[in-house]
Amino acid sequence: MNDCKQIFALLSEYIDGELPPDICSRLEAHIEDCGPCVEFVQSLKKSIAMCHKFEAGEKPEPLPDAVKQGLRETWERMRTQMG
Amino acid sequence: MTDPIDIQLARELMRGDPEAFERFVEHFQTKVFQYSYLMCGHREDAEEVAQETLFKIFESIQSLREPEAVRSWVFRIARNACYMKRRKSVFAPSEEISLDQLMPSVNQQGGERKLEIADWSNLPESQVLQSELRGVLEESIGSLPDIYKTVLLLRDVEGLSGQETAEVLDISVDTVKTRLHRARLAVRDKLDRYLRTVGVSQ
Repeated sequence: MNDCKQIFALLSEYIDGELPPDICSRLEAHIEDCGPCVEFVQSLKKSIAMCHKFEAGEKPEPLPDAVKQGLRETWERMRTQMG
Repeated sequence: MTDPIDIQLARELMRGDPEAFERFVEHFQTKVFQYSYLMCGHREDAEEVAQETLFKIFESIQSLREPEAVRSWVFRIARNACYMKRRKSVFAPSEEISLDQLMPSVNQQGGERKLEIADWSNLPESQVLQSELRGVLEESIGSLPDIYKTVLLLRDVEGLSGQETAEVLDISVDTVKTRLHRARLAVRDKLDRYLRTVGVSQ
């Protein structure tokens, strides 16, 4: 496996630790000697790490009391049925 | 990367812990709102989806057999509620993301091959997102075609496993992997363009 393009298609599975061991070692052997691949993997890992921490700028309004009450009544009714 | 708080809350709720109801409602309202807001693109729709999802959760709580299944169960309900809110035609084809478009160019400089991307080395792994970068990330995720966006939100933002994501979306684990990779590359590409415009290019 010495083609950057082949490597490129497998990078998410590599980062997630989901590649079979033999493919993973061949990929790592390529990356060790390939500056552009090292740099690209670093950028992709950081981009994924940002998604892990992402929170939308918009937050929901607190639920109206009537909605919360309706939810609680539904829950209590189901609990009774479940015994 | 599992988020045991979801499972803990479901376990407490099913055990009948008197304080669990409030915590469960608040936690999943926020989670479902965020997912729906990015999927639907409208605040009002996202508020409604969150409320409808919570009602469906409690109405069908008997079908949640194991607290461990709570995330895929909740997001499956939320996904269906989002579908009902879609303002564009459900028959509109989803744009495909091609790998070739997202592969950066490599320049030969003397004897060295250089990648034409921003310098990401100054961004620490644990950086709390400053507001402008957070906004660019939100826009990058928001602009993904729906089939990719939903996978990225479930896997990387909400932390569901590949199997859980496949269950929510009724697709195979392999399709989750393919779409996730393309979504991640597209988001990376958009962030890269932003980082180059703000002057951290090499």
